[in-house]
Amino acid sequence: MCTVCGCGTEAVIGKDKEEAADSHQQAHEHGHHHGDHHHQDHHAHHHHGDHDHQQAEDGAVHYGKGIAGAHVPGMSQERIIQIEQDILSKNDRFAAENRAFFARGGIFALNFVSSPGSGKTSLLVRTITDLKGRLAISVIEGDQQTSNDAARIRETGAPAIQINTGKGCHLDAHMVGHAIEDLAPQPGSVLFIENVGNLVCPAAFDLGEAHKVAVLSVTEGEDKPLKYPDMFAAADLMILNKSDLLPHLEFNVGLCIANALRVNPRLQTLTVSARTGEGMEAFYAWLETSAARQAARVKAA
Amino acid sequence: MHEMSLMESVVEIVCDTALKNGARAVKVVRLDVGLLSHVNPDALAFCYDAIRRGTIAEEAILEINRIAGEGWCLDCEKTVALTERFGACPDCGNHRVQMTAGDELKIRDMEVI
Repeated sequence: MCTVCGCGTEAVIGKDKEEAADSHQQAHEHGHHHGDHHHQDHHAHHHHGDHDHQQAEDGAVHYGKGIAGAHVPGMSQERIIQIEQDILSKNDRFAAENRAFFARGGIFALNFVSSPGSGKTSLLVRTITDLKGRLAISVIEGDQQTSNDAARIRETGAPAIQINTGKGCHLDAHMVGHAIEDLAPQPGSVLFIENVGNLVCPAAFDLGEAHKVAVLSVTEGEDKPLKYPDMFAAADLMILNKSDLLPHLEFNVGLCIANALRVNPRLQTLTVSARTGEGMEAFYAWLETSAARQAARVKAA
Repeated sequence: MHEMSLMESVVEIVCDTALKNGARAVKVVRLDVGLLSHVNPDALAFCYDAIRRGTIAEEAILEINRIAGEGWCLDCEKTVALTERFGACPDCGNHRVQMTAGDELKIRDMEVI
């Protein structure tokens, strides 16, 4: 579907190609100029040198190499250009730059992903409050709108920057690259990136983080890892939050963890309550040991 | 949901490549999209329509080549068909299958003039 206007939510399944194309066309003839819109957005952001929109030295058209294998003067011919490039390669390049930046500064970056309302911000607030004597922590907050979350983080005294994705459903490595320029996290610090609340899209976008941490709350249902497997497959740690509510719910913690392990056998899991603080020590231990392990790896390399 | 950003990437890579190769227009763009990948091809086609306008690829037909899922079953020690990302081995029923194909998300090639 169209993520800008929400039109075309009905997937065209089972129709033949032409019909499908037709209905897409119609759906888009109701006055939205997505193309223009996105183009402007896109070009305003370019900041790296690799977007040289020039013709390469080899820009000459190879007439003899086309499908026909011959050149008729004055007539163009079709030819095939092999691309063999991953669609996410552009994001991945920015992610690699971010990762190199983190490695240089000894910064340990985590990408927190979850559905909206699982308690990511509360978890971060609790963590910063408890650890601020031991660790320097800064935060990048991603939401579609408002800077409420960044304001909540700043109340703890930690530096925070808000990214509003507008219509976007995830953070990408390019946005995070800009945010770290502005935030300037100090060497040896920990950086929390709180992604947009969404269990689908952020799974595909590497931000350059050391680990993705999936936060799930016990009010959500044990089968979430099976319903949204991509996210749990991409994560290294799952934090099951709001454990203080367990006595009031019929939530089977063991089943939930079993489901998550089916999707990702290497996943580590922790059960915590960011509200009462129960289990948070385990997360702090994971955080500090993982950061130390990363630092050792960077040193060795 | 993230098909819009994916297609923005596709159109950008296609247009850059076309310009670098001195093409006047792009006729066809071919993608490899695995059946087990996290994107919906209908949504890709839909977003593509919106994004290609005003670019060198404005008239280009999008062809999406679906790639079937395959995995290596550790118990059977062979390649088996996978119909879901974390599915069981169709032969032994165990879940010890490592996906080897079906996760593709790639621009294969394009035709230009």
